[in-house]
Amino acid sequence: MAASSDPVLSIRGLSKTYATGQRALENVDLEIRRGEIFALLGPNGAGKTTLIGAVCGLVQPTAGTILVDGHDAVRDFRAARARIGLVPQELATDMFETVHATVSFSRGLFGKRRDRALVERILRGLSLWEKRDAVISSLSGGMKRRVLIAKALAHEPVVLFLDEPTAGVDVELRRDMWAMVRRLREEGVTIILTTHYIEEAEEMADRVGIIDRGTIVLVEEKTDLMRRYGQTRLSIGLAEPLDTLPAELVGEDVALSQDGLTLTLVQSGAGGAGLEPAELFRRLGAAGLAISSVATSRSSLEDIFVDLVSHREHPRHEVRS
Amino acid sequence: MTFNVPAIRAIYLFELHRTWRTLFQSIASPVISTSLYVIVFGTAIGPQMAAIDGVPYAAFVVPGLILLAVLTESVSNASFGIYLPRFTGTIYELLSAPISVGEVLLGYVGAAVTKSVLLGLIILGTARLFVTFSIAHPLAMLAFLVLVALGFCLLGFLLGLWADGFERLQIVPALVLTPLTFLGGTFYSVAALPPVWRAVTMLNPIVYLIEGFRWTFFGTASVHIGVSVFMALALICACLGAIVFIFRTGRRLRA
Repeated sequence: MAASSDPVLSIRGLSKTYATGQRALENVDLEIRRGEIFALLGPNGAGKTTLIGAVCGLVQPTAGTILVDGHDAVRDFRAARARIGLVPQELATDMFETVHATVSFSRGLFGKRRDRALVERILRGLSLWEKRDAVISSLSGGMKRRVLIAKALAHEPVVLFLDEPTAGVDVELRRDMWAMVRRLREEGVTIILTTHYIEEAEEMADRVGIIDRGTIVLVEEKTDLMRRYGQTRLSIGLAEPLDTLPAELVGEDVALSQDGLTLTLVQSGAGGAGLEPAELFRRLGAAGLAISSVATSRSSLEDIFVDLVSHREHPRHEVRS
Repeated sequence: MTFNVPAIRAIYLFELHRTWRTLFQSIASPVISTSLYVIVFGTAIGPQMAAIDGVPYAAFVVPGLILLAVLTESVSNASFGIYLPRFTGTIYELLSAPISVGEVLLGYVGAAVTKSVLLGLIILGTARLFVTFSIAHPLAMLAFLVLVALGFCLLGFLLGLWADGFERLQIVPALVLTPLTFLGGTFYSVAALPPVWRAVTMLNPIVYLIEGFRWTFFGTASVHIGVSVFMALALICACLGAIVFIFRTGRRLRA
């Protein structure tokens, strides 16, 4: 990846208050680097879709500026929007048009001359070429989602927004989609995705942004985030159960399980004065304990996310069908 | 890029394709129903009626019948064209595209006007099979037809932007347009009405359009052609203003 320093998308002080009084975004600042895959995570109603809508022209911001590849999204909306492709969350498609016609239509709508070869390449890349003359209403949900992606790519956007691209999508399509996203990144397209499936962000994203109640809580390189907030657990199985923690380990970050058979050492990713595993083993040896098994596990992005958001303590209304 | 020509073209062709797909419903059915009117009023009842301003009754009703079909189809076709993407959600693409309201209108309303004018001409040709008449000002007739089609396609587009259900989409043509057209002098001369009813009728804007269209056929009408053209232009300007307002403010379109 060749992410150069000038941002492809620059958002400053973006706020949105809906007519109902609901404050969906509050003073959001965000910069997206050219060529990266950026995952925007957040609970339901956090403002993910509003943020995307504001960039794409579906939502009128209450305040703030948005620059797309240097073009103001309001004053210079033609140049800004021509550079953006949007795959919406809802499966909104024409019903009676054919796949090929609807993708060509999208290309025209975004001001590009007809290009059959390009449309063919996009359709083939999404396994849609065989279905090019099929009427959209006859397609399955997964195929319709592919059509939406094809439409968003038809005008060769610089930035592609994928709003919950894999919600309700089967495993095969999800894998196809991940492969497609990586391919697009190799071609230099910047990808911003929102997702519920945190493993998706963990698998694909270069950077992760967490949004909660309309505010960007954190933006970080995924690897830094995992290192900084992630924890490593070292679980040691004992041959004989213990009643209490051995004296050698009292005062350290070590816990004994209820059945007395497992010792757990938690190392926080942020480093610090934790007990080193080697030192732990030396002390275990000194205490004369027989070790039957050793296992390590790292916390996932999901654990980190849940941790960060729940620390902000607010009532979570999980209403997702 | 100052003008998104590919977008206008894409929308225009998309809309004409929709017409082609629903050809029977959008062209054949109004042609058939108007032909029935022409047959009943022209050939069956017409010979028993007195000529109006020297025009045989059978010919007299033809311009009004053409406009009746053109107005109704313009409103329903143009309103459906923009309401459908709002209903299915595909409007997101239009709103996120690099196009201005002018380009959206050229595409959607341009296609609707094309269809309405074609429909008007087809009905005109069909009517001529049953009734004998000649057109005094053919070019003016065509120009006036385009003007009226434009006005009502814009009205339909506005309706499609405003409606929040299929019911409302159908109520306006059925409850407002058809009565106004029937009472707008399609089947009788406004000049022949008693003074009170005449005054009431003159509040109906469609009267001016029908009288204007009739003038292009027979060279006589109860209203001066200038007034008719002014009314058509006024309708166009009012609808344009409302549509631009809706797009500028994002009402009913953008969150």
